[in-house]
Amino acid sequence: MHKEPKALIIHKTTWGDYCLLGFRAERIATEARPGQFIMVRPGDNLHPLLRRPISIHSVLDGVVEIYFQQAGIGTKLLGQKEKNEYLDVIGPLGKGFHLDDSLQGKSVALIGGGRGIAPLYFLAHKLRDLEALPRIYYGGRTINDIPLRKKFEEEEFEILLTTDDGSFGSKGQVTDLFHVSLQDFSPARIFACGPEAMMQKVSRIALEKNIAAEFSLEAIMGCGFGACWGCVRKLKNDTQEEWSKICEEGPVFPGEKIIWQEEEQ
Amino acid sequence: MTDLSVDLGFLQLKNPVLTASGTFGYGVEFTPFVDLNELGGFVVKGLYFHPRPGNPPPRLVETASGLINAIGLQGIGVKRFSEEILPRLKDFDTALIVNVCGNEDEEYAAVTEYLDKQEGIAAYELNISCPNTKRDGRCPALSPDTTHAVVSLVKKTSKRPVITKLSPNVTDITEIALAAQEGGSDGLALANTFLAMAIDVETRTPRPANVFGGLSGPAIKPLTLRMVYQVAQRVQIPIVGIGGIVSGNDALEYMIAGASAIEVGTANFVDPESTKNIIRDLEAYCRKNGIQSIEQIIGTLKV
Repeated sequence: MHKEPKALIIHKTTWGDYCLLGFRAERIATEARPGQFIMVRPGDNLHPLLRRPISIHSVLDGVVEIYFQQAGIGTKLLGQKEKNEYLDVIGPLGKGFHLDDSLQGKSVALIGGGRGIAPLYFLAHKLRDLEALPRIYYGGRTINDIPLRKKFEEEEFEILLTTDDGSFGSKGQVTDLFHVSLQDFSPARIFACGPEAMMQKVSRIALEKNIAAEFSLEAIMGCGFGACWGCVRKLKNDTQEEWSKICEEGPVFPGEKIIWQEEEQ
Repeated sequence: MTDLSVDLGFLQLKNPVLTASGTFGYGVEFTPFVDLNELGGFVVKGLYFHPRPGNPPPRLVETASGLINAIGLQGIGVKRFSEEILPRLKDFDTALIVNVCGNEDEEYAAVTEYLDKQEGIAAYELNISCPNTKRDGRCPALSPDTTHAVVSLVKKTSKRPVITKLSPNVTDITEIALAAQEGGSDGLALANTFLAMAIDVETRTPRPANVFGGLSGPAIKPLTLRMVYQVAQRVQIPIVGIGGIVSGNDALEYMIAGASAIEVGTANFVDPESTKNIIRDLEAYCRKNGIQSIEQIIGTLKV
């Protein structure tokens, strides 16, 4: 974990609300693993106050990339940062996706919804390094919500695209396409990141097909490194006394540990 | 050479910068950012006798230059703290202050009695003011009588100095401060968070889930600063100022108003290196103004 108060932004691309920023942070880039995140200050002033947790999208040659959606006051401010400005970041934080040599030569499904695609790009590269065979399922509400499709295609990843309104790729939800595709596709593991409802559906499918699955959860965080206890969530093996900190024990958890919000009610 | 040390009477600090309970974990979380030896001291997360689950999420809501939290004092209890955390903290050359909580007065005393048997603790901060543990935010610090009762009970047995942390959610905080002083409190910490809430207008649900939480951060600084000034006029025991401190300037305001030391809270999340930057700023201020000892500025407001 390192604090880089002056990480130079070296490139920026935006597509509507979505923003891709690359910044120089050697130590974070060297240590980062897929599924980990950074805490970034959205601005230089005291409002908004807190850092924002953002997934690491990629690392290459000392440059860290983040991909995020400008949704609230913090991410909107962050989206106004320009090339040659600085970011104040802390990272890498949390535990990433669980990767091991057993995935070599195996098919793996990566399922991303909207901005949830962010950590899966880094993951896809790491899986390729491990000689696993990642297939990416990437869905959004409309064509505007899946701007990273070209990046995956240009790098010749196998990618399946869906939009809820049918404006690009298959019409419907990414989970539907994934479910249908399992008739002739048997991934050894599933990695998913996206809206809670999407991940819950993936979890159900994984359980039904008996495939190990991991999910990257979102939470509002105060510190990002385990000190404030603000981001907790009750997981299946948690005792009454101790809930899990998403920042420290996650944000990636195996499906069998997660109590989905719908089940809770 | 500037002398940043402050003498609270019951406790000598190498500088006036402490950390506020609940914002600094158990200290160990911050070692990647801050050399704990450089701090005046640090106050660890509130401890009840037994472990506590805390409140359901969401627990945090950001407001204008502020943060509402309803963590609910999730914590590991005195036994695990003593066995797992204390051994990791004992080699730091700084004042370790343990924030002590209780559901009843007797629990506060049970916590300090248990901790009295452990080494490496400099003082207790009696948390009689957390707004999150009961739904309507009630706590002993809301009345002089209940404040006096719990402080005097703990003081009867405690082998270590006691700093009583007061609530700002009262009509006249000076009355509560005087009650704590009469109860035998060695010092006062002013103040805990302000009872607050926010609402998600789309879902019409409260944020945090607990409905109420405690507001901290720069938004509250002028309010607690005023309280520190008011209390400093009335009590003889030292005051630790807390509330929205993010800079050396903020710390200086509290000290000029009458605080002998300060605690950095929410700023630890914004910048985990805040404490060391504030210490550096205090040193620079003293050097620039020819102040030999920082104690010379305590309570020097010219009205």
